Amino acid sequence: MIQLKINNIELSVPEKTTILNAARMNNINIPTLCYYPDLGLQSDCRICVVEIDGQKGLATSCSTKVREGMVVKTNSPRVLNARKTITELILSNHDANCTACPKNLKCELQSLANKLGIDQNRFEPVLRVKPIDTSNPSLIRNPNRCIKCGRCIDVCKNVQGMNVLELMGRGHDAEITPAYGRFLSDESCTYCGQCASVCPVGAIIENDETDRVWKQLHDKDKTTIVQVAPAVRVSLGEALGLPIGSIVTGKLVTALKLLGFHYVFDTDFTADLTIIEEGHELLHRVTNNGVLPMITSCCPGWINYAEQRYPSILSHISTCKSPQQMFGALAKTYFTKIIQKEPKDVIVVSIMPCTAKKYEAKRDEMKSDGIHQDVDIVLTTRELSKMLDQMGVDFAKLDETPFDNPFGITTGAAAIFGATGGVMEAALRTVYEVVNHQPLESIELTEVRGLDGIKETSVELGGNVYRFAVAHSLSNAKTLVDQVSNGTSPYTFIEIMCCPGGCIGGGGQPYGTIQKTRRDRIEATYLLDQSMPLRKSHESPAVKEIYRAFLGEPLGELSHKLLHTHYHSRQHT
Amino acid sequence: MERKLISARCGVINPLSIDDYIKTGGYVALRKALRMERIEILEEISDSKLRGRGGAGFLTSTKMMGLAKESGPMKYIVCNADEGEPGNFKDRFLIENDPHQIIEGMAIIAFATRANHGYIYVRGEYDHAIEVLQWTLLEARKHKFLGNNIMDSDFSFDIELRSGAGSYVCGEEFALIESIEGKPGRTRVKPPFPTSIGLFGKPTLIQNVETLVNIPAILTMGGKAYSKIGMPNCTGTKLISLSGNVKNKGVYEIPFGISIRKVIFELGGGIENNKKLKMVQLGGACGPFIPEYMLDMLIDYERFEEFESKTGAGAIIVVDDRFDLFDLMLRVVRFFEHESCGKCTPCREGHAQLVILLQKFIDKKASMKDLISIESLARVMHQTALCGLGQSSPTAIISTLRYFRDEYIDRCDIWTN
Repeated sequence: MIQLKINNIELSVPEKTTILNAARMNNINIPTLCYYPDLGLQSDCRICVVEIDGQKGLATSCSTKVREGMVVKTNSPRVLNARKTITELILSNHDANCTACPKNLKCELQSLANKLGIDQNRFEPVLRVKPIDTSNPSLIRNPNRCIKCGRCIDVCKNVQGMNVLELMGRGHDAEITPAYGRFLSDESCTYCGQCASVCPVGAIIENDETDRVWKQLHDKDKTTIVQVAPAVRVSLGEALGLPIGSIVTGKLVTALKLLGFHYVFDTDFTADLTIIEEGHELLHRVTNNGVLPMITSCCPGWINYAEQRYPSILSHISTCKSPQQMFGALAKTYFTKIIQKEPKDVIVVSIMPCTAKKYEAKRDEMKSDGIHQDVDIVLTTRELSKMLDQMGVDFAKLDETPFDNPFGITTGAAAIFGATGGVMEAALRTVYEVVNHQPLESIELTEVRGLDGIKETSVELGGNVYRFAVAHSLSNAKTLVDQVSNGTSPYTFIEIMCCPGGCIGGGGQPYGTIQKTRRDRIEATYLLDQSMPLRKSHESPAVKEIYRAFLGEPLGELSHKLLHTHYHSRQHT
Repeated sequence: MERKLISARCGVINPLSIDDYIKTGGYVALRKALRMERIEILEEISDSKLRGRGGAGFLTSTKMMGLAKESGPMKYIVCNADEGEPGNFKDRFLIENDPHQIIEGMAIIAFATRANHGYIYVRGEYDHAIEVLQWTLLEARKHKFLGNNIMDSDFSFDIELRSGAGSYVCGEEFALIESIEGKPGRTRVKPPFPTSIGLFGKPTLIQNVETLVNIPAILTMGGKAYSKIGMPNCTGTKLISLSGNVKNKGVYEIPFGISIRKVIFELGGGIENNKKLKMVQLGGACGPFIPEYMLDMLIDYERFEEFESKTGAGAIIVVDDRFDLFDLMLRVVRFFEHESCGKCTPCREGHAQLVILLQKFIDKKASMKDLISIESLARVMHQTALCGLGQSSPTAIISTLRYFRDEYIDRCDIWTN
């Protein structure tokens, strides 16, 4: 342990602790801007500077480790003046039209300026207005708000291994952009949105479609249907004042009804359906010498990655559509028939933890009638929380309502789709039983749970032992995909989720996601699973019913048409 | 007054001739080193109290010990020849006139610290220096002063040449490392320092050209004898790049402890065209402007530290009274605005604001508030910037606010708030 003094308080902290963490552990708050727990150290905003006795200049507390006998001042006049000056400098080159920014009141720069008491800026505005990148349906990049903190570069490079964003140019012309100042759509951006989830200001943000949803909700000629992804029910609460990891399924349904949706359905239903289709596809590939390993297809960020960077392995990816798109296809065919409406009069909205889902919904393949998109509008968890704020709902006080039928009864297997390893676990719960004609000894496959980057397990099916692997975040996925690509993969089935932690850590989730948040959301996910009366997809009565009443059999003709898709190379040169 | 320890061969021998170098005592120090225990070499350097000549004035032996302590199969020696500081041209002088000294110094350090590979990072605009170094490396290799089994010993070491695309900040050690790695020249967060995690993630020792050429001299004469030259805590000689409105411009080698006035008026022959000296900028563009009455200051790192800046590269830029202080400062600040890498806030945004504020003084539209703003901003940049560039670039302003404050006040519109 190291003894030091911060603001005249004697502290004892473990070796190698940074001054910032030493202070925070002892309830002394040092403001930061570029620093983000779990990400690499940028140390370039210089906001967190402190004064250290005997040292010339000021030191950044995020990067300076404690030393025995150190005497630190975090709020001396010199420090406060430096912090204020630096914040004014940032604001002098920032589009500070706060009320016109979607990040208003959630902006870390705004909050910092407030805390430092900056009510006017000594420095001249020097912003040179640059064009806004609206090249894609998922993410909007507004360079005029960018403060060059570098978090987006770090998450894109080091967590996702993508290197789409980089600090280009130098001096005052420095700018964070894709290479050569191109658009995100010109690069192999997967639209995972991890950059948006760590951006302290409104420089990268999801394409806000809340106004489009309001318009449809108020259109008397439209029947509005909403589906909610598994990961949203364990994260929405925290954006609306509840503790992290709160399970808010019932309140969420009530809130969506209050917004005016005619039908509130559960994407968990098509998650169960995905298990049936994907499980059968796996068995078909195994028994017919098909292409193996098979890789999951639920995650649109992963699909974007594969189509752009690994077109040679597309045949390994399950042809199953994602649960969102299976839902859209059934809503615009099966369900429109039940309610006797035309697809053009039915609006399907998804609430997703994800920004890439916005792109997925707009793919050409996703039109069951050949004309209308199966899913019309995708909102992120954050956008939904914004709509609820706009409506003035006191979310914590809402009653609980069950999902509507026929897409409302679901299983614990679907509930865990949102956590990394969840799809694998859900699939094995079903596949094991289908092949071995007996249930798994323990249906909880703990080997594939948790936040290790790559997890693996092996299971005996029909007398043979098969190996399975799970990866989350694209840098981990790359390890497994490289094996597939060079023919050395020892696995039969691989689950890949693009975001760290899986969908619970998605790019559309409430701001401030760190490792602890992911852990709490995952814990809630497994609690939800435990609380469900049914925990295997093939036991779902709703799934059985849709095969009986509509689809026929898994991998059947109608399934093939509505629930499966194909991929194509989109490699950039 | 001159003391030619490291520049004795300059202008005397044919720099492209290895025979000339060997005939004048070249590579004797390396031969001697290879027969010494490694720790003895480190002790000699330690005894010499040699300090880095690139500007920061850090003790060379401390850095060498740091590298020597590192284990691991790969360790690098990098010669920083990215001399981009306006007003400095002494490294080019050394390279173009006595290039083998650099190779010899690097090889000795590599041997003493068990480093296996070296780089010389030379400023991209130094076309002739690059050609000289290319030839010199070939010659040194041919004569077994580089490569495998140097001088038939079991020591192997080779050097590659690299140069940047003209960015000033690449002279900063981590920006230089990034540049050699093929990345944009931007610094990294310190610590870790290069001696523990440097080039390609391996322990790396970076030394300025002038520092390296002192190494053979120290080994030849002995560390203790060397330490008697110059000042007690600032030993040896210093190359001075003398330029500006002075009669005899050029590079001079003097022992530490000579006054600036003597350099300008005795070696430099005084001010050109019978003009009056107004001020002197020390160190280069990132150094302080001092008035005439301070010229008796001795050239010594300890004294230079008074300016809270790293001004030890050894440039003396003489300015006569025809020139306007604010025009000069605007040039200096514009230079750094252009050369800032853009990574940290104070440097990226600060220079743009310094330009705006200085322009107000030039236009005589500044208020007393602007005076406070420019002073506060310059200090904050100095205290908080990530690397040496942003920390030292406001020195011109900080020093003139101290020594030429009246000129600022004369330019304020005191009737404006």
